[in-house]
Amino acid sequence: MAFLARLEPRGAHRVGGRLPRLTQSAGRRLIAGIPTLWLLLLFLIPFLIVFRISFSEVRLAIPPYTPLIAWHHGRPTLELHTSAYSFLFTDPLYISSYLYSLKVAAVSTLCCLLIGYPMAYAIARARPATRSVLLMLIVLPFWTSFLLRVYAWIGLLKYNGVINNVLLYLGVIHQPLAMLQTDFAVYIGIVYSYLPFMILPLYTNLEKHDPTLLEAAADLGARPLRAFLAITLPQSVAGILAGSLLVFIPAVGEYVIPTLLGRTDQLMIGRVLSDEFFENRDWPVASAVAILALLLLVVPIILFQRLQRRELETGR
Amino acid sequence: MSSRGLFARSMLVLGLVFLYVPIASMMVFSFNNSRLVTVWDAAHSPTLKWYKALLSNQQILGAAWLSIRIALISATAAVVLGTLAGMALARFGPFRGRLLLAGMTTAPIVMPEVITGLSLLLLFVTMGQLIGWPRGVGAVTIALAHITFCMAYVTVVVQSRFAGFDESLEEAAMDLGARPLTVFRRITLPLILPAIASGWLLAFTLSWDDLVITQFVAGPGSSTLPMVIFSKVRFGVTPDVNALATIMVLIVATGIALSTVWMRYRERRRERELQLAAAANL
Repeated sequence: MAFLARLEPRGAHRVGGRLPRLTQSAGRRLIAGIPTLWLLLLFLIPFLIVFRISFSEVRLAIPPYTPLIAWHHGRPTLELHTSAYSFLFTDPLYISSYLYSLKVAAVSTLCCLLIGYPMAYAIARARPATRSVLLMLIVLPFWTSFLLRVYAWIGLLKYNGVINNVLLYLGVIHQPLAMLQTDFAVYIGIVYSYLPFMILPLYTNLEKHDPTLLEAAADLGARPLRAFLAITLPQSVAGILAGSLLVFIPAVGEYVIPTLLGRTDQLMIGRVLSDEFFENRDWPVASAVAILALLLLVVPIILFQRLQRRELETGR
Repeated sequence: MSSRGLFARSMLVLGLVFLYVPIASMMVFSFNNSRLVTVWDAAHSPTLKWYKALLSNQQILGAAWLSIRIALISATAAVVLGTLAGMALARFGPFRGRLLLAGMTTAPIVMPEVITGLSLLLLFVTMGQLIGWPRGVGAVTIALAHITFCMAYVTVVVQSRFAGFDESLEEAAMDLGARPLTVFRRITLPLILPAIASGWLLAFTLSWDDLVITQFVAGPGSSTLPMVIFSKVRFGVTPDVNALATIMVLIVATGIALSTVWMRYRERRRERELQLAAAANL
């Protein structure tokens, strides 16, 4: 390596050792401080603002919500309104949207797992050269536009779309199926868009497994299925969890897929939030919808962060 | 092994078919003459008329140009911030605020986009009231929002690269008397360069592709390409979008192929140098 050729006397710059250490610690503070400040300002504080606006009332002004501190007879008084929240609990539309979103996310995550696990397993067992090609094939769609990939399914699932035409031509069906604007279309869209997020953590997990354990199990007379259930599956729990959370959490708040492919009589919570904000211009209710969604997701998010930290800190 | 191996392998093939059929169908129908998009007009196809229509559509071209500029700026800033964060998390051991930084760099990756978008817009509105900046929403606020969620991804990529190589090289250079900055420039940076490069590409793609967060923080006159596409496809399928998708897939595929080749080349050269260095040390 180039730098080894130009050996300098050992410790030449170490004279007066305190000064470098001081500048080093100042440098460290700067390196960690700049991204921390950025994220505090643009990620954490915004949530506090959402929280605060969820406790105000809508009004016709700029900004369109009541201030936190109002002046009554020259005296400042704190004004906290809970009307946005009570509204969410009185109108059944909101509760049903939350439940529907959780159901859609859970079913899609399960489908992703059932499809993604065997795929990740096959990639992890492939020869190294094939493996990198397969991984690239899994990741490639992720690099092309998400929006356009969801849009592609409109053309496939439509009443006079490609799938119906092919099935009619083959004589499998005699009437076109209504697939667009159904739960089925939303599941397809989510599984399709999020499948790489399930496969990649599963693959990194499965790839590390020791094949000799399976051989030992086989030598001891275990059938493949039994060996899989007793050895491979328990060892891959961390990968299953990471992949499932990567699909489940964003899927709960999904906006594009249900808007383009989903039902019009039952909205998901991401669409409800967006409509409250853009159509009804009710910022307090939109904020309350966001806060309640966050409350639902806080446990999965913390779980995901723990897994992520363990993965990144133990090294690969 | 055999039965399970066969099952897993057939699932893999079916899964890949599932991933690529929609993309392929978009590409095929981009050459279709019919406006009906999904009905193949054999008499007049293939045709390039949707590509011609696309390239003369000023709205799409303008939006694409805005998206490219925002993605360039966002990716570059996100790489700087994300590399700093990834380095701090991977190399500094325990420090005050570490848990906070770690949490704030992983949460944006899974956070539903509507929530992030709403909170960022409310931040910009509040800031505008309190300090008079930003004065409205537009390209600047879009870029600020994109930098924030892109840097989270860059941090993870850079941090895992740091975890993959050991510190002894840096320590050796320090022992040989190199200053911290020299060590960074000559050892650390070359080692994490592949991660920085893929982090930048990832950030560029995420910014270029984002719709939901952008819709919240965009203003009149600052429509990015995904916003224009979304408003077109929301009310039905349009054939020129198929042409656009085909162009984008081809660009991405070429880009990925080139960057894979480049990274392999770098990796090999580095390995060779390490071997030479080891040999020289004997």
